[in-house]
Amino acid sequence: MYLETLSIIGAVVAVSFGAIGPAFSEGRALAAAMDAIARQPESAGPLSRTLFVGLAMIETMAIYCLVIALLLLYANPFVG
Amino acid sequence: MEANPLVPDILFHLGPVPISRPVLTTWAIMAVLTAVSWLGLRRASIHGNALQTVLEIVVETLEKQVSEIIRRDPWPYLPLLGTLFIFLVLANLSAVVPGMKPPTAHIETPAALAAIVFSSVHYFGIRSRGLAEYARRYTRPNLLLLPLNVLSEFTRTFSLMVRLFGNMMSHAFVIAIVVFMAGLFLPIPFMLLGILIGIIQAYIFTVLAAVYIGAAVGNVEAE
Repeated sequence: MYLETLSIIGAVVAVSFGAIGPAFSEGRALAAAMDAIARQPESAGPLSRTLFVGLAMIETMAIYCLVIALLLLYANPFVG
Repeated sequence: MEANPLVPDILFHLGPVPISRPVLTTWAIMAVLTAVSWLGLRRASIHGNALQTVLEIVVETLEKQVSEIIRRDPWPYLPLLGTLFIFLVLANLSAVVPGMKPPTAHIETPAALAAIVFSSVHYFGIRSRGLAEYARRYTRPNLLLLPLNVLSEFTRTFSLMVRLFGNMMSHAFVIAIVVFMAGLFLPIPFMLLGILIGIIQAYIFTVLAAVYIGAAVGNVEAE
């Protein structure tokens, strides 16, 4: 019972705090890309492709946290 | 509520082999793709019919995108990357059809696709550069970085898998929770968002695979 409660709290903490960093950095990356497109609208094509790939890289960190939370909730090795 | 996403839901057994719902959906998508290609190219000609023209537009768009990323002749890599993209779009959008669930929302399908990308990166790299030259790539800045280079090879494949799985699965979760709480009309905007997410994830998966293959085969202008 104690371990299960701790696992649920751990999953919540992992997702909520793990989303903060990627959210901030995705916002910064998006703002920088907007800035660049506003200065050079003709570079929008390659820029947005690089932006998508970069956002995917950043987002990976949040998804790792999600996977940890899922493992805690569904495949927890410490809860029988 | 949604069932455990890490365990496949077995539909029936084909002899001793259990057939799960993602496998069945994948078969359906493969059948649709094959049928459409066969119908469109059955009587291929210079002045093709409407379906052939549509297929040509799709292939040419994919060719342009891939050649912009790889920066060399895309045709050796286009069959793999194009099929990957088209399959992923259909797989991610299969949630739109009532009763179907995207096979990418279970971990087996992304794992298989990531394994395909992993092995084909090495295959293309060795074929275009030769084994010795390709192996030397891992010691490129310095011999000290060899373990890190090898490790990054595996982590990037893992993150390719987890990114697709995590996005699709978490979206299925969100839809399930909203349906559970709010009934009929509120889930519709979330489902629209799901179409966007599905296409973007298919695009990202394909672009990353193209970037990895492009890095493995080497840049023509750079060398």
